Amino acid sequence: MTETLLDVKDVVVEYPLKGFRKEPFKALKGVSLDIRPGETVGLVGESGSGKTTLGRAVLGLAPVTGGSIKYRGQEISKATRAQRKQLSHEIQVVFQDPYTSLNPSMTIEQILTEPLTVRKVERQAANKRVAELLDQVRLPHDAAHRLPREFSGGQRQRVAIARALALDPKLIVCDEPVSALDLSTQARVMELFIEIQERTGVAYLFVSHDLAVVRHLSHRVAVMYHGEIVEWGDGEQVTGAPEHPYTQRLFMAAPIPDPDRQAKHRADRLRLLELQREQDVQAGAA
Amino acid sequence: MYRFVLRRLFAGVLLLFVITTVAYLMLYAGGGDIARRIVGPTASDAQVALKASQLGLDRPLVVQYWDWLTSALTGDLGRSWFTGQLVSVGVSSRLSVTVSLVLGAVIIAALISVVIGVWAAVRRGWVDRVVQFVGVLGFAIPGFLIALGLVSLFALNLKWFKATGYVPISTSFGGWAATVTLPIIALSIGCIAAVVQQVRGSLIDALRQDYVRTLRARGLSFNRVVYKHVLRNAGGPALAVLAVQFIGLLGGAVIVEQIFALPGLGQITVAATGQGDIPVVMGVVVATAAIVVTVNLIIDLAQGWLNPKVRLS
Amino acid sequence: MTATPLALPTTAVKVSLFRRLLTHPTGVVSLLVLFLVAVASALAPLLATHDPNTASLQDVLAKAGSEHLLGADSAGRDVLSRLLFAGQFSLAGALLALSVALVIGVTAGLIAGYYGGWFDSASSWLTGLTMALPGMVVLLAARAVLGPSMWLSMMIFGVLLSPAFFRLVYASVTAVRNELYVDAARVSGLSDFRIIGRHILTVVRAPVIIQSAMVLGIAIAIQAGLEFLGLGDLNIPTWGSMLNDGFINIFKSPTLVLWPSLMIGLVCIALTLLANAMRDELERSRGPVKKSRKAAAAAAAADAEGAAEKRGAAAVVHPDEPAGAENSNAGELLLEVTDLGVGYDQPDGSTTHVVNHVGLTVRRGEVHGLVGESGSGKTQTAFSILRLLPQGGRITGGSIFFEGKDLAHLSEKEMTRVRGKRIAYIPQEPMSNLDGAFTIGSQLTEPMRVCLGLSKAEARNRALALLAKVGIPNPERTFNAYPHQVSGGMAQRVLIAGAVSCEPDLLIADEPTTALDVTVQAEVLNLLRELQDELNMGVILVTHNFGVVADLCDRVTVMQTGRVVETGPVRAIFNNAQHPYTRQLLDAILEDTAPRGQYTTAGHNPAEKTAEPKELKGVTS
Repeated sequence: MTETLLDVKDVVVEYPLKGFRKEPFKALKGVSLDIRPGETVGLVGESGSGKTTLGRAVLGLAPVTGGSIKYRGQEISKATRAQRKQLSHEIQVVFQDPYTSLNPSMTIEQILTEPLTVRKVERQAANKRVAELLDQVRLPHDAAHRLPREFSGGQRQRVAIARALALDPKLIVCDEPVSALDLSTQARVMELFIEIQERTGVAYLFVSHDLAVVRHLSHRVAVMYHGEIVEWGDGEQVTGAPEHPYTQRLFMAAPIPDPDRQAKHRADRLRLLELQREQDVQAGAA
Repeated sequence: MYRFVLRRLFAGVLLLFVITTVAYLMLYAGGGDIARRIVGPTASDAQVALKASQLGLDRPLVVQYWDWLTSALTGDLGRSWFTGQLVSVGVSSRLSVTVSLVLGAVIIAALISVVIGVWAAVRRGWVDRVVQFVGVLGFAIPGFLIALGLVSLFALNLKWFKATGYVPISTSFGGWAATVTLPIIALSIGCIAAVVQQVRGSLIDALRQDYVRTLRARGLSFNRVVYKHVLRNAGGPALAVLAVQFIGLLGGAVIVEQIFALPGLGQITVAATGQGDIPVVMGVVVATAAIVVTVNLIIDLAQGWLNPKVRLS
Repeated sequence: MTATPLALPTTAVKVSLFRRLLTHPTGVVSLLVLFLVAVASALAPLLATHDPNTASLQDVLAKAGSEHLLGADSAGRDVLSRLLFAGQFSLAGALLALSVALVIGVTAGLIAGYYGGWFDSASSWLTGLTMALPGMVVLLAARAVLGPSMWLSMMIFGVLLSPAFFRLVYASVTAVRNELYVDAARVSGLSDFRIIGRHILTVVRAPVIIQSAMVLGIAIAIQAGLEFLGLGDLNIPTWGSMLNDGFINIFKSPTLVLWPSLMIGLVCIALTLLANAMRDELERSRGPVKKSRKAAAAAAAADAEGAAEKRGAAAVVHPDEPAGAENSNAGELLLEVTDLGVGYDQPDGSTTHVVNHVGLTVRRGEVHGLVGESGSGKTQTAFSILRLLPQGGRITGGSIFFEGKDLAHLSEKEMTRVRGKRIAYIPQEPMSNLDGAFTIGSQLTEPMRVCLGLSKAEARNRALALLAKVGIPNPERTFNAYPHQVSGGMAQRVLIAGAVSCEPDLLIADEPTTALDVTVQAEVLNLLRELQDELNMGVILVTHNFGVVADLCDRVTVMQTGRVVETGPVRAIFNNAQHPYTRQLLDAILEDTAPRGQYTTAGHNPAEKTAEPKELKGVTS
């Protein structure tokens, strides 16, 4: 067994609700998973399942009230600002919306050097790094002096990826990074993710609502439902032959892009729902 | 719904209490030797001490405040230091003038703003541009300058209206209308300019909402969607601006009353301020705060009626 | 298309706000007026012919002439000299108020907005308190206690004005604080101080400058008002005290009141116009960012338009499948769109075409999928059939025949009768498509009563039946609920119930499941299929999801940059796509691709880390 890069154990995230003596909202109810170096772990779930919250908890952007998040054996869920600064070398992020994840009034160069300035990198070295990063994501060098609004969605997402790569992290949390993109753009950006991983050995925690996207990218997959992981294991198995009833429903719900196979898939889905309902009734009776 | 009303009511009373408390402490603690100012610089120390004990100013501030508060709750706001008149009488006799001015201006402003705002938002084009430009001008020119202009044009030169004086509405409606028309116009122009901008802006926003298209797609005419759905949704922000304008008008009324020599709150405020007649000033603060709290309450309830999210959350 | 990066559009030059103001007509005039007033006031000691405070009995109310250019006031003081010196005090007082308001408002707004917590609650409450009393009344009360000091009054007024900045900064900061780019900066380890400096101050700066101009105008006005009441400091000349003197003597010397009025009015108008000009310019420069995705897509379509024209690519048309196939339920021709063009009028008078020469037919009982990526014009085509294009959009050509009538040329009144009753619409975002101010029930019944002439009770019964039919568990409760009280999936069912409430012949569904979770999507697709079967409607289904196409559609039209590239029966498109764009779209589908496979340690050989980027197939987007 290789070493573990990130070890998430029984993590609970609670958001206090407005109002006197109200129970806080539990976004995560004790979630565990681990990521190895160079691995992609996919996190699938529907809206409100807590998948984004888990990503934010790893990044230190969500209030962890229980459990532990260990990065290379070191507890990071309660990291101070200074420790977070150290961690920015190790853990980075690519967000979903390429329209709001880049400051519209900053040039691409300013965006890409932002993480570098924290490290106090020399100006010349920083400029060289910007050129390297633009190469890595296949953007032209003259992009450096432009504003985000001059780019298409896919190009912006490339800039966001370049920013995440600036400090050579070992883990990138990707929060629905291709969901806002058109189909063909989505495919190309995903190829870029795989290519970068193969070249640099970075690990991804890849959050998405799209089973097909996760299946395409992930070595292992976790399925989330109502703040819990209901299924967790090998990507091919979880996305191909799921065992948990919810994962099965999720799997059957996604339509297949072929009229004849979809007709069969649809019938299968109704049968599955019927079966699960019977099982629920039996379980209730017992 | 009851809880919503009660909560707003409680917040209003609390606000009234806090404002009057802060005002009292500042007015009575901040003025240095009040008794000395009243009796004048030539009076002897004994005379000053006598005046202070007459007015109860030699007691601790908290005691004075408690005394004031308990009598204020019974409607007794004390007496003027200079005229000896009951503050409650002086204030309430002038309240109706100020309130009729401000209320008149707000109602006229609300009606005109909705008409012009809808017109500009729906027609756009040159209508919109003209409305916006005139609105900016109306907003920019201070209300008392407009009042001065109206006086010199309509009262002094054209002699359509009397320049000064006031006829109570109970005496003669015509007389009342003739005396308040110019002041109300002077007050409402800035108010209209501000509210039109808001009505226009929030209507344009509301017209872009998806539900407008969906409702029209279900066979409702454009006008029906605008007057029933869009206007109601745009009403909230417009009401909020109207509330802010109302508070501003209470201040503007002070100057406008002075220009038209109307016997309103502004008049006694200016007189009391010049003399340092603290009980009267305090009475004006209480009256103004009470009006503001009442109006805010009405606006809050209207907001709740317009927007179910406000009243149900 | 190798590794050569995609060419980028030309750079929008960043021009400073000040420079741009110089090209704005009212902006430049306002700046000039303010500049002149400021210079004249600053140079008052040089320009003034008299001492502003020297009274002279023989000059009382002197007429304008060589001795006194603008005459003299009731104390025989020179009006022009007073006007100039008064400018110094009036402007300085207003600037003092502005500075106090800025320091308090901006600082408190930044702290409260960024950190929230108790400071947020406390300052918001204090803001409410300061705004609850008219500034004039507070100033008068303060004057009663503190005496006539213009500087003190203006400092107090500064405090009273600070909520204007507090609210503005607070709103901007809370909006920006939750932006993803601020999160990204946090992940990069930037300190709060740096985040505020880099990301937040830049956003707040422009609105604060605009607000400053407004506040300066208000301060000048209120100060003049205070002095006008005769409650100011008699020892310093101000425009307000001159106004007071003029008003007292308005019968004897009407021009006395004119000059200070002119100055106050001029400065206030100039400041407000300046603020508006700045806002105009900012909005113009921010335009492309604020544009909705649709507008941006439309622009992209316009760019690509020329290229498509040159290619002269005709649409690929697949023949209908022989009768007896699955789409045999398709009945008579319902809708025939020919040569449709849609354009948006631009401010410069030109028209941007987003849909060009589009043709489309829908038969009764047939589901026709309209497929394409963003900017393909599929939604614009759908809206033009309903004649509900967004502001500025219009049909530029072609015809839309529906039951023998050309919808493109119907009057608005006739079109209103077609909508809802004959052609219905299901939108994409369930929440934003319901009016939050009305109950679901009233929104369901209102169109039914208009279109079908039902009574209130009839409409209610029908609405309840419809809600039950679209699978809402407790129709009564949903009927009485407001939109924000139901889930997105429920809201979409409500919208579907509304769309079919008048039993339309044609249903236009614009990405009806895109905003929904995949399990809810499956339910809604089933519902649509059932309703379509039952009512035997023709359906135009706008979507980008080929899974949805495969699930529902009988016939598919693929659009790209405002044109139809391929059309035909659904199986022909999936199995025998001819057009390169259709193939490209089908290739991008992930469902059939192999899973990533097992994790191996060989995949991240450290030696590879430093290797040069390999040549890869074209990956530019």
